[in-house]
Amino acid sequence: MQDFAHSFVLAGNLILQADAALVEIVGLSLQVTATALVVSAAIGLPLGAILAIARFPGRMVLVVLSNALMGLPPVVVGLTVYMLLSNAGPLGVLGLLYTPTAMVIAQSILITPIIIALTRQVIADLHQDYSDTFRSMVVPGHTAVAALLWDARYSLMTVLLAGFGRAIAEVGAVMIVGGNINHVTRVMTTAIALETSKGELALALALGIVLLLIAFAVNGSVALLRGAERSLVRV
Amino acid sequence: MKLVKFLCAGFLAAGIVLTGPGLTAQATDFIVVQSTTSTQNSGLFDAILPEFEEKTGIDVRVVAVGTGQALKNAANGDGDVLLVHAKPAELTFVADGFGVERLDVMYNDFVIVGPADDPAGIKGMTDAPAAMKQIAGAEAVFASRGDDSGTHKKELALWTEAGIDPADASGTWYRETGSGMGATLNLAAGKGAYTMSDRATWLAFNNKGNLAILAEGDDRLFNQYGIILVNPDRHPSVKAGLGQKFIDWLTGPDGQKAIASFKIGGEQLFFPNARGSTTN
Repeated sequence: MQDFAHSFVLAGNLILQADAALVEIVGLSLQVTATALVVSAAIGLPLGAILAIARFPGRMVLVVLSNALMGLPPVVVGLTVYMLLSNAGPLGVLGLLYTPTAMVIAQSILITPIIIALTRQVIADLHQDYSDTFRSMVVPGHTAVAALLWDARYSLMTVLLAGFGRAIAEVGAVMIVGGNINHVTRVMTTAIALETSKGELALALALGIVLLLIAFAVNGSVALLRGAERSLVRV
Repeated sequence: MKLVKFLCAGFLAAGIVLTGPGLTAQATDFIVVQSTTSTQNSGLFDAILPEFEEKTGIDVRVVAVGTGQALKNAANGDGDVLLVHAKPAELTFVADGFGVERLDVMYNDFVIVGPADDPAGIKGMTDAPAAMKQIAGAEAVFASRGDDSGTHKKELALWTEAGIDPADASGTWYRETGSGMGATLNLAAGKGAYTMSDRATWLAFNNKGNLAILAEGDDRLFNQYGIILVNPDRHPSVKAGLGQKFIDWLTGPDGQKAIASFKIGGEQLFFPNARGSTTN
């Protein structure tokens, strides 16, 4: 299979030439997924922390639910969001179907359960160490949540990266709600699907390699940031 | 309170990311065209739309899905114009009040492709149902779209004409891929299966492997594309004026000429046949 070698050459060329179409697609992919991640983090981190330390009836049901929803199939999310945003659906008046915003909504729904479930686990573990201190100092609940989230920030960074990875890699949801419209809603994964269906397998794989490199770059910069902050703290 | 602040900060940050260029750039007029994968995968739209967009300033946003899904999306009002290839379904769409009027745009034909060594021995046949009967008789693997697309509807009609119900063989020699033409061709190339493709997608397809055209030239393999304006009375959100402009252009002399001049490897992929058009 010389296709593999050909794909690496193609990927290299695309990156070196900063191919305009590629830059646009990569830019939109990052923008959509970063936005979805911010939304999901804003909802998922506090909810996960609350689920970890609060005691209320039905809590276990919510824990199981968030764990189960980590396995949400992207096409099902896409279909549901499509039916909501469709002109025949309840939110059709917003005119959001086939826009990047629709893709943000779909990806947010997809990864919020992941952020909630993993945050809950991280915070619950940390809370075991902290609960005596909190109790003796009579720390109010919301302060405890904030303190736990802050102290767990390195582990939570990994939680966010898991959400990022899931969102940027999925194709089923954004294909349905975005429509893979050139220059408007075409992202890396839908472009890969399109090139595959054209039989341009080498180009499709080249785009896949670029997508992997982006994931490496994002994870690498987070690791660097983390390292930099840790060394600052040590000084 | 910290929690509230945190949530606010989160949404603020989301707002900042959202206001970046890609997510809000919607200043220009645009229409959404629900169309079929063959028109996109063949590269037709990439070739002809820039001329229309330059002339009118209207951005044409193509959502390329199977004809079945395109019809459903358009019936939901999620598009202004429908350009597909399944005439009976299109006429029903208009009769049901979802579309204003159906106009012919262009045609090409379907071809039956298969492995070059041709285990069913259909090479050179010009009777499509007979060729398919022979494939069924040999129980040679046949990849069907299985996705209610225009191509799938045509294939099923040919099976009916051949007097064969392939559903009985589904999962054995008859494989329903449930995906687009390109994905189905990829499968056929990988498994050495027969399949039926529109000629445009076939010509533009770049992973032919061992596949070759084996049967073609039957009148029953005719593939007509039609265009319909989604009914604005049914869905007020439909941009009837802009959509009609696109339909007028595509079925008018300029659009028809653009379609005729789209070629791959010197071969014309679509043949314009809108009524009243001056080019052929």
